[in-house]
Amino acid sequence: MSTVPHAPGQFGPYGGRYVSETLMPALEELAAAWERFSRDPTFRAELDRLLREYVGRPTPLTEAAQLADQVARAQGRRLRVFLKREDLCHTGSHKLNNCVGQILLAQRLGKKRIIAETGAGQHGVATATVCALFGLPCEIYMGAVDVERQSLNVFRMQLLGAKVHSVKDGTATLKDAMNEAMRDWVTNVGTTHYVLGTVAGPHPYPTMVGELQSVIGREARVQIQAATGRLPDACLACVGGGSNAMGLFRGFLDDPGVRLFGVEAAGEGLDTSHHAATLGKGRPGVLHGARSYVLCDDDGQIAEAHSISAGLDYPGVGPEHSYLRDTGRAVYLAATDQEALDACRLLARCEGIIPALESAHAVAGLPRVAAQLPDGASVIINISGRGDKDMGTIAKYFGAEVSS
Amino acid sequence: MTNAPGSPFPSRIAGAFARARSQGRKALVLYLTGCDPDFETSRRLLLAAARAGTDVLELGVPWSDPSADGPAIQAAMRRALAAGGGMGKALDLCRAVRADNAEVAIVLFGYANPIFVRGAAKFAAQAKQAGADGALCVDWPADEDPELAQALSQQGLDLVPLIAPTSTPERVKAIAAVAGGFLYYVSLTGITGSQLPNLGEASARVRQVRELSGGRLPVAVGFGIATPADARAVAGFADGVVVGSAAVRVIERAVAAGRDPVPELEAFVRDLRAALG
Ligand SMILES: Cc1ncc(COP(=O)(O)O)c(C=O)c1O
Repeated sequence: MSTVPHAPGQFGPYGGRYVSETLMPALEELAAAWERFSRDPTFRAELDRLLREYVGRPTPLTEAAQLADQVARAQGRRLRVFLKREDLCHTGSHKLNNCVGQILLAQRLGKKRIIAETGAGQHGVATATVCALFGLPCEIYMGAVDVERQSLNVFRMQLLGAKVHSVKDGTATLKDAMNEAMRDWVTNVGTTHYVLGTVAGPHPYPTMVGELQSVIGREARVQIQAATGRLPDACLACVGGGSNAMGLFRGFLDDPGVRLFGVEAAGEGLDTSHHAATLGKGRPGVLHGARSYVLCDDDGQIAEAHSISAGLDYPGVGPEHSYLRDTGRAVYLAATDQEALDACRLLARCEGIIPALESAHAVAGLPRVAAQLPDGASVIINISGRGDKDMGTIAKYFGAEVSS
Repeated sequence: MTNAPGSPFPSRIAGAFARARSQGRKALVLYLTGCDPDFETSRRLLLAAARAGTDVLELGVPWSDPSADGPAIQAAMRRALAAGGGMGKALDLCRAVRADNAEVAIVLFGYANPIFVRGAAKFAAQAKQAGADGALCVDWPADEDPELAQALSQQGLDLVPLIAPTSTPERVKAIAAVAGGFLYYVSLTGITGSQLPNLGEASARVRQVRELSGGRLPVAVGFGIATPADARAVAGFADGVVVGSAAVRVIERAVAAGRDPVPELEAFVRDLRAALG
């Protein structure tokens, strides 16, 4: 364990670079490049322009009065709820914020080919989109199970010109897609940039992706103050690898009055083995290049995660979340598949906004978070993506009710 | 004590390379995934490999997420995991092999999480107690986190590191400084089981690695070495030759056909060893 807290890439005892030697020099190069370009005014200006003109930033902060009312009435209190609308980003989720930044960096590094892993397909679509924009060849690794349940996104990636590899090894979900992407990267590291889609992985990814997503929190901080005249009492976001949550949290980490809540996927329940609550039920370990909480058995074998939402179906989590959990700066809850589905429908009916099933987990956490806040509190929920990609899954669960 | 009583070498691994040198040949390092296809067959395979002339056994610890391995070793790990394999069983296997063979050097070869979850110090103590001579952890760079290197060193075990074509001279020096036993030079930028590349570059790099490390440790070359001819070619410039995926495939083929894999592996290893002179 590092004796220097918060050396670059370290979050307390978490983070670091646990990869094979072949990748170490590339990670050193990437960290140095990010260090340099993230401060370079020309780079920043180009990134800001793309975020504005292509991604569609800033995204709105929408007050959800009916949703707040429903929750507040049941609890006999007053509550204001604001939705950070990452679902309105081009391609339908926060994932594009990260992709534009990383591809600008890849260009500076002279990389000629882009690869990425994807779970729900949102990161794959975002990567394929930016590759189309920049004319770069793009290959996406996706678990065979996810190819099945997110088939709409597979077609989107193909339409955008990307090659999608269906990964059948292991549990055939996000973690296996990451393994396969790392195998590709180890083989083609000289020519290829790996656009990792979340705040997990070896240094500098957790730092770099966190900084690229922090635009969410920076905007939300200004917007909530304009709307309410003060900071929020709490921020709420779903946690798969943790990038949309970290993006929102970063706007408020240094404000002790703002409580931070992450919601993991409880799948069929935390008392079953079918969940993806890495911070809730896992233990410190090493997966995909970093020390962080993982779901694994006593022998160290990684457990199969489960969630109805492919983007949360991951037995690892970004190292900064592990640190925030241990220090108590952030608190992590979990919502079941059923709770997420109910929350998805609730938001649709109350506000006319159909969230991604991932984001629906954050909405599902609202009653529990609100119950811990003072009367008249305000809460920001990160709506990390829109639900179009999940219509097949949702229709299957609600059955006749939805199709009628 | 890391070696047989009375041995003049600092470790069994160093002894294995020195013995090969004194016999005018290069050392044979063989990788097998522990518990592939099951504990007992794996035990017999490891002992047969030693009998057939393997100098250093790399006992692969099966892991659920072998992201540096190609299809052959991925499949071996699936078979091993299905048979109950893992770190616990790999240590048992090591102990069982050591009980029947006091000479062969054994390196536990695996990924970080099973070591990390046990605790590096406990792992090192258990490895020592099981009769291992060293460990190689694919995704635990010693310069990034010295905990494993320190734990192994406290038990008198060697940390065998990987050095890659992409390693910078500074990294080679830093890696070699904490290494023991031998340096494992990866012949190619890629995963296990890939095609053996043009050897010109590997040969030049091995020379450079020797210079940068002051020649303190022998350099073995692995990844992509599949046949006795490959082994002979690599032996032309390396101190040792590592064969992994090809050996695993010999086992896979025999098992798939319902045959006992032991005689076929033994014959394969004999051919490799013969090619090394
Ligand atoms: C809409 C949406 N939200 C959240 C996630 C989870 O990722 P993260 O925790 O990195 O935000 C995904 C991942 O695919 C996603 O598509």
